[in-house]
Amino acid sequence: MAIDPNILVKVAAFAGGGIAMGLGAVGAAIGEGYTASQANLAISRSPEKSGDIFKNMLVGQAVAESASIFALVIAILLLFLDASTANLLQAAAFLGAGISMGLGAIGSGVGSGFPGGQSCLGISRQPAATSKLTTNMLIGSAVCQTPAIFAMVVALILMFMDFKNAPALPTWAALLGAGFSMGLAAIGSGYGGGMAAGASCEGVSRNPDSVGNVTTIMLVGQAVSQTPSIFGLLISFILMFRVFPESTALSPAMALLAAGLCTGFGGIGPGIGNGMVAQGAVRWVARNVEHAGDLMRTMLVGQAVSQSTAIYAMVISLVLIFVV
Amino acid sequence: MAIEGADLVKAAAFLGAGLAMGLGAIGPGVGEGMVGAKACEAIGRNPKEAGLLTRTMLVGQAVSESTGIYSLVIALLLLFVV
Repeated sequence: MAIDPNILVKVAAFAGGGIAMGLGAVGAAIGEGYTASQANLAISRSPEKSGDIFKNMLVGQAVAESASIFALVIAILLLFLDASTANLLQAAAFLGAGISMGLGAIGSGVGSGFPGGQSCLGISRQPAATSKLTTNMLIGSAVCQTPAIFAMVVALILMFMDFKNAPALPTWAALLGAGFSMGLAAIGSGYGGGMAAGASCEGVSRNPDSVGNVTTIMLVGQAVSQTPSIFGLLISFILMFRVFPESTALSPAMALLAAGLCTGFGGIGPGIGNGMVAQGAVRWVARNVEHAGDLMRTMLVGQAVSQSTAIYAMVISLVLIFVV
Repeated sequence: MAIEGADLVKAAAFLGAGLAMGLGAIGPGVGEGMVGAKACEAIGRNPKEAGLLTRTMLVGQAVSESTGIYSLVIALLLLFVV
């Protein structure tokens, strides 16, 4: 059965659009639900602050929404884009773009719900710190969006890059692998960054004077939590921009696809783990500010160790791309 | 595109190596994160014991690293030996 390339590209674009929006809706919905649940809890504790809490909840949810808005944009582009070339590569690029954006929006959506929810609870605990809490929440959840933004960048490159001159076999697998690498790796980093941001909102509400130290250690912890998604971005850039020698065999294609899957899956655990370490450190800096230095040091050591498996995964991916 | 036996075996070995290391990295990452989080909490509660707690954290993380290293070994075996 010979498939018309025009049909193949359309199929890939529609499937990619569906994947982008379907998976992209998961994270933000969970995150916003968490924010709303904590806001209800907060209002039940201090009903007289319901106005402030409600406002804060809406701001937090609006930021958490952004990951799924990126997914909506990519999905709409995929539905209405006219492909310049109709071949297997264009189809793989569209599918890869959908996978990257859909998976990539999950972590950021869930993660940015944590600071929203914790800052609502914090307002009921410490109404005097309302503006500090809102500011801290906005900083934390903005940083949580970084992995989703990386995923959008990769999706846009896949959609608009010109792959005419690349050999279709095995480059199709590289483009799919690029989508998986970025999308999967973004899950852990988004979620982990959210854990750190949530703990910082909780900490500021318990000890508003510690806000400077808490925000600093939150940002450091979040930055380290982003590393696995940066590895994912790196591998997907290599997969997209390197020229692979033409080969009709199956094994070179599978090596490229496996390289993407390896760094992608490998980034999930370390991203979440780094976030857990940062959560523990940020929470206790607020309670014990005079030992912020000790906590920062232990956090960085703990995160470095929990990073190691992401580095192994990246090494295996690089071997799959450059050696075998 | 004709797929030959040897090519198929190599393709499966590459895919297996990627999945082994990729999926194998999830558990140690989360587990070591839990250790690190509790170590930070413990240092927050009792900063005098920071040295002992950091040492215990590193030993615990090293043990929970082991499955990640198994994955790495299996992935390298699949890539270069099998």
